[in-house]
Amino acid sequence: MSVDKATVARIAHLARIGVGEDELEPLAAELSGILNWIEQLNEVDTETVPPMASVHDEALRWRADVINDGGKQADVVANAPDGDNDGDGAFFTVPKVIE
Amino acid sequence: MAELTEIGIAEARDLLSKGEVSSVELTTAHSVAMAEAQSLNAMITETPAQAKAMAAASDARRAQADGGEVGALEGIPLAIKDLFCTNDVLTTAGSHILDGFKPPYESTVTDKLWKAGAVMLGKTNMDEFAMGSSNETSYYGPVHNPWRRQGDGGDNRNLVPGGSSGGSATAVAGRFAMAATATDTGGSIRQPASFTGTVGCKPTYGRCSRWGVVAFASSLDQAGPITRSVRDNAIMLGAMAGYDPKDSTSANKAVPDFEAALTGDVRGLKIGVPKEFVLDGMPVEIEALWQQGIGWLKDAGAEIVDISLPHTKYALPAYYIIAPAEASSNLARYDGVRFGLRVDGSDLTEMYENTRAAGFGAEVRRRVLIGTYVLSAGYYDAYYLKAQKVRRLITQDFRDVYEQVDAILTPSAPSAAFAIGEKSDDPISMYLNDVFTVTANLAGLPGISIPAGLSDEGLPLGLQVLAPAFDEETMYRIAGVLEEAAAFTAQPEKWWRSAS
Amino acid sequence: MSNLVEGATGRWEVVIGLEVHAQVISQSKLFSGAATAFGAAANSQVSLVDAGMPGMLPVINEVAVEQAVRSGLGLNAKINTYSVFDRKNYFYADLPQGYQISQYLQPIVGEGVITVDLEDGSSRDIGVERLHLEQDAGKSIHDRHPTKTHVDLNRSGVALMEIVSKPDMRSAEEAGAYVRKVRAILRYLGTCDGNMEEGSMRADVNVSVRHPGDELGTRAEIKNVNSIRFMQQAIHYETSRQIDILEDGGSIDQETRLFDSQTGTTRPMRSKEEAHDYRYFPDPDLLPLEFSDEFVDGIRATLPELPDAKKKRYMAELGLSEHDAQVLVSERDIAVFFEEVATGREAKVAANWVQGDFFALLGKAELEVADSPISAAQLGGLIDLITDGTISGKIAKDVLETMFESGQDASVIVEEKGLKQVSDTGAIEGEIDKVIAANADKVAEFRGGKDKVLGWFVGQIMQATKGKANPQMVNQLLREKLKP
Ligand SMILES: [Mg+2]
Ligand SMILES: [Zn+2]
Repeated sequence: MSVDKATVARIAHLARIGVGEDELEPLAAELSGILNWIEQLNEVDTETVPPMASVHDEALRWRADVINDGGKQADVVANAPDGDNDGDGAFFTVPKVIE
Repeated sequence: MAELTEIGIAEARDLLSKGEVSSVELTTAHSVAMAEAQSLNAMITETPAQAKAMAAASDARRAQADGGEVGALEGIPLAIKDLFCTNDVLTTAGSHILDGFKPPYESTVTDKLWKAGAVMLGKTNMDEFAMGSSNETSYYGPVHNPWRRQGDGGDNRNLVPGGSSGGSATAVAGRFAMAATATDTGGSIRQPASFTGTVGCKPTYGRCSRWGVVAFASSLDQAGPITRSVRDNAIMLGAMAGYDPKDSTSANKAVPDFEAALTGDVRGLKIGVPKEFVLDGMPVEIEALWQQGIGWLKDAGAEIVDISLPHTKYALPAYYIIAPAEASSNLARYDGVRFGLRVDGSDLTEMYENTRAAGFGAEVRRRVLIGTYVLSAGYYDAYYLKAQKVRRLITQDFRDVYEQVDAILTPSAPSAAFAIGEKSDDPISMYLNDVFTVTANLAGLPGISIPAGLSDEGLPLGLQVLAPAFDEETMYRIAGVLEEAAAFTAQPEKWWRSAS
Repeated sequence: MSNLVEGATGRWEVVIGLEVHAQVISQSKLFSGAATAFGAAANSQVSLVDAGMPGMLPVINEVAVEQAVRSGLGLNAKINTYSVFDRKNYFYADLPQGYQISQYLQPIVGEGVITVDLEDGSSRDIGVERLHLEQDAGKSIHDRHPTKTHVDLNRSGVALMEIVSKPDMRSAEEAGAYVRKVRAILRYLGTCDGNMEEGSMRADVNVSVRHPGDELGTRAEIKNVNSIRFMQQAIHYETSRQIDILEDGGSIDQETRLFDSQTGTTRPMRSKEEAHDYRYFPDPDLLPLEFSDEFVDGIRATLPELPDAKKKRYMAELGLSEHDAQVLVSERDIAVFFEEVATGREAKVAANWVQGDFFALLGKAELEVADSPISAAQLGGLIDLITDGTISGKIAKDVLETMFESGQDASVIVEEKGLKQVSDTGAIEGEIDKVIAANADKVAEFRGGKDKVLGWFVGQIMQATKGKANPQMVNQLLREKLKP
């Protein structure tokens, strides 16, 4: 499968990575190269093979429903590159979103 | 007494317990050596003041214990891969996007190390988000391998230390950390260990907690140690491993005494040699090293069994779907909102796109895009699901083989260390570095690389021992015997010191 | 069918499917130990997991699992003892991980059915497609700053059950009845408090129109509607909007819309996400969720009596009418209240008082049963005073009003105000004699065969005793004294 510029632009947007117009072509070539190489997998007959998401064969462990975390507002926002700490709380901030 | 930076954990432990050396002395010696090794660029952050304080605290604990119990790593100075979150100490994952990030928390693995008495020397350089096999993708620049080719036309080209744990491997090989933590998603511990003449182990998936380790590919990532000897490695892993209720994929299994597994006796063990690991065009010296390893084990009384792992060839392509897919999702949190780099934009989407374009390097971007693509509508079945099916076949190959053998012996990497820049233009040839290591990640199995010989150019080459899940003891037992037989004592000249 | 909408090109049928997000009642979040309480200071109930910090990992809350199973059983749905958590990937300011942990292909609860009760007394079965567990997102606040949106992650990671209906509803009324019924069931089960104002229950409404018998039309999804009234307004608006477009020869865009409660209209979301591609895949930080049939049976054994069963019992065992039974089971709080009132008392009398005068007073005060100023025991006490003849039913109505205002027990009010019924024969006879003596003409009328005059006499006596005379006694004594 070779990917074209439009596909690169689409997935770059899905991944929220800004990619300049001049980068699309070389990226398309790179990604196509990798995808072509990956496609050796098509040689493998997997008709009856169930997919495997994890090497664990255990079931998920559950934790008790107790409050033992939170209450660390300062830690939560300590690394925020832009924030708002006014009287009534510490918020993260982003450019205004209009719904 | 040998120079303090030349001894390993086991020896230091004896000297410390006899009171012949203090942790402050050991730590200072390493901090000084680290400062002198800056041209290798193995460290992103050095923490000499913190190291000294931790060492002093360790000495105080030891004095208080007065011959009683001290931690398994009491007073031992370590380097920590910058993928482990360390409380209030810059943690970057080798990425620009984590600029200035000081976690208000400590990873479970490093927390266990400090509780065992260890001392932190600093944070090691690495491929960005652990994506790379040469340490060239780091935002902080490439790490230089302490080893150089002999007779390389005299140009003394700098070589890569392998990756992604290139800084950790270099710190240990360059004798400025007694041991180091590392992580391995497709070979990121074993391949740099092989390139630097160190011992690197990736334990069974679930052995070490992933809590507080910056995630690359969650179903593959595993922490492990890089050390100067197999014994040191067993000691380190013992302190790093253990069940963690905060990690749903952590195995609820007791941690054996790995050091006690080093019996030196492999008589009667069946060692598999997989025919699929014989690659076309594999360097003769790698093939020779492998044969040498087979010979050593035979001589030690092990039985060599020819085995087949038929889907080996498909491990790398499957890996290059699964790992990027998981990474594309794991790296979504680096969005400029709550930590790290933010590059403003006119709206939220533009802020995301600017931040992530500036914050991620080329290889990370490549993998995030591949991962996004293989998960996207219309491609999921053909790529992601297919890779998961192949992963099951690869895992099944190992299960079948472990019915017949106790462990597997292979080379660690298809070549010795290569020069910086030599492979960076061709992603696929770079990816092939992990051809021998990646199957263990897909199947979740433990593997170790030990230095077993030198290439024609005088560079270290490693052999890999793979074992069944949660049988690190057999892995260490065999590795110990190989280490003894190989008697690898070569060391790089400390050329970087004069450069500083 | 009356649900069809008359249009210029014929009759239209509206097709509605609902995705109800119900916040699980639990102390801590789905994958972290931070608290879930409503109304805390910004970012104060946030763990590093909820904030999507590097290296943080989810661990599932057992109560969330139990609550989902419990809810599934209450919705008569198939419980899947093996389910999988997936990541739904998208970027948003209040989604810290860059993905929501949800369940996609293999949810914890499969198909079910609930019976909804309509205003005309009829009922209808609505299919449930699935129920799955997922994380809530944080909250974006747009009005604190002119150029910035603020983000509070207190809700981030709170456990939600997304209950997806089949597209089985055909009117706003049915949709409202469905939400009410789902809410009632979850409240009976104690798995969600159903508080729509606080956002612990919200609905995404899928609306399309078609001519009856046609294929399903293209639907619009109206996001996050937080009251039943708004949901019904949105459906009405959306129905006519879509019919207008189609009748003008246009076509419906499959899109996400927002309901504006100010105008009662819907509009496309401005932050229009180009084609969604959520790239679902199994969360590699979590293993499959598995439990045994015994675990399910254990929960089943503790299920309370649910509204449908309760209604049947009220009719069969308590002899209530279908309407009364329906009203009394419609909310768990009402049923609990009623049952306490009815215990040891005549059920029909209890039912009449609860949904008659008591509801009227609640309604006037705009209160829910849970906030009632008088307890079920107090209302029962009032009924007891009627039963034992201490007060008349008429007096009791006034006493109830006073109880509502003061919160006092009926017996206290009756005592203080001297409202005890007069059952003393002598006292009543005295009054009767007075009235007979003063109204010879009326006496003559009665004796002449005008039976109706008896009522006039009763009225006079009651007036004279300020309503406290025992009416039966008054009747009996009057008849004796008026005999010729
Ligand atoms: Mg939905
Ligand atoms: Zn949802």
